[in-house]
Amino acid sequence: MHELSITQGVVDICESSADGRRITAVVLEIGQLSGVIPEAVEFCFQACTRGTLLEGARLILERVPARGRCEECAGEFHLGTYYEPCPACGSYRVTILSGEELRVKELEVD
Amino acid sequence: MCTTCGCNHEDTHHDHEHQHHDQDHHHAHSHSHHHDHPAKDSLAEKTIAVEADILSKNNRLARENRDLFFRKGVFVLNLVSSPGSGKTSILERTLTDMKESCRCAVIEGDQQTDNDAVRISATGVPVKQVNTGAGCHLDAHMVCHAVDAFDLDDLDVLMIENVGNLVCPASFDLGEHHKVVVLSVTEGEDKPLKYPAMFHNADVMLLNKVDLLPHVDFDAAKCKEMARRVNPDIVIFDVSSKTGEGMEAWYQWIASRTRKG
Repeated sequence: MHELSITQGVVDICESSADGRRITAVVLEIGQLSGVIPEAVEFCFQACTRGTLLEGARLILERVPARGRCEECAGEFHLGTYYEPCPACGSYRVTILSGEELRVKELEVD
Repeated sequence: MCTTCGCNHEDTHHDHEHQHHDQDHHHAHSHSHHHDHPAKDSLAEKTIAVEADILSKNNRLARENRDLFFRKGVFVLNLVSSPGSGKTSILERTLTDMKESCRCAVIEGDQQTDNDAVRISATGVPVKQVNTGAGCHLDAHMVCHAVDAFDLDDLDVLMIENVGNLVCPASFDLGEHHKVVVLSVTEGEDKPLKYPAMFHNADVMLLNKVDLLPHVDFDAAKCKEMARRVNPDIVIFDVSSKTGEGMEAWYQWIASRTRKG
């Protein structure tokens, strides 16, 4: 359940970015390969935001699809997991280009 | 107050340098006006572009840990696995066999108890137990304080035994040189595919309890093939912490990476 520490990290970043203003919405980017379950973040969000500038804020989660580049044939393709071979040449030697994101993208404040 | 992380940890001394700002935070303020009356920011709803990595604080502390280990010439391994794979037994055997040639210390991470620290302590190697309470992983902050228990100038190798969990520790860099994932033959051979992030982030896999292979339905070749699908460069050692089989190759891998010798 590391989503609890992840969500606490979100609260810390938001509070230090909001300049004391009440936050009405927060947008997170969560990569498909990040290992973080969006539902678990939603579950933790209410508990972690109580008594903070984020209390009552809307949580908007944007899923970032995973993309990889094959190190053998340089082809780029969508990934669902860490162990998908290159669809063109079958190599497992793949560099992850996106999908590991865990970011606070933006806030909406009063 | 700790000057590295800003925490109120008081019972330790700190020899790390002060860093004032988290460089990963960018505060670009943009204003989006939803009202017809202009130039009234106080009435307008505002959007703040943050673009900050949620793990930036952990990653900053991990970088500081890594810099410290580099300056002190300490080779650091982060041992991860599910509970019961034999991390502590591997450490006991490794420390017993290597402590004459190599100055070692251990950080033990568990949710509760100091049972593992007591076992490590019996080898004569310095050990610091960290209890994470409800936490399911060690983080860079815990490690930055735990290392205060040791004189790093007198160390060659620091082994960090993470909390038994194949999911969460994958996301938290501690500042180690390598993650070492332990998988035992009494577990499912498809664990590399079930928990791919951990096997993707590890550089070494110890396939433990190989002395039990004749007695269990575990296809070691298939398991390794799955691990290499997730991570083609992973270095794999077949070991038994009970019989000592295969341990020598693991020791040599460690010894060849320590700088002080």
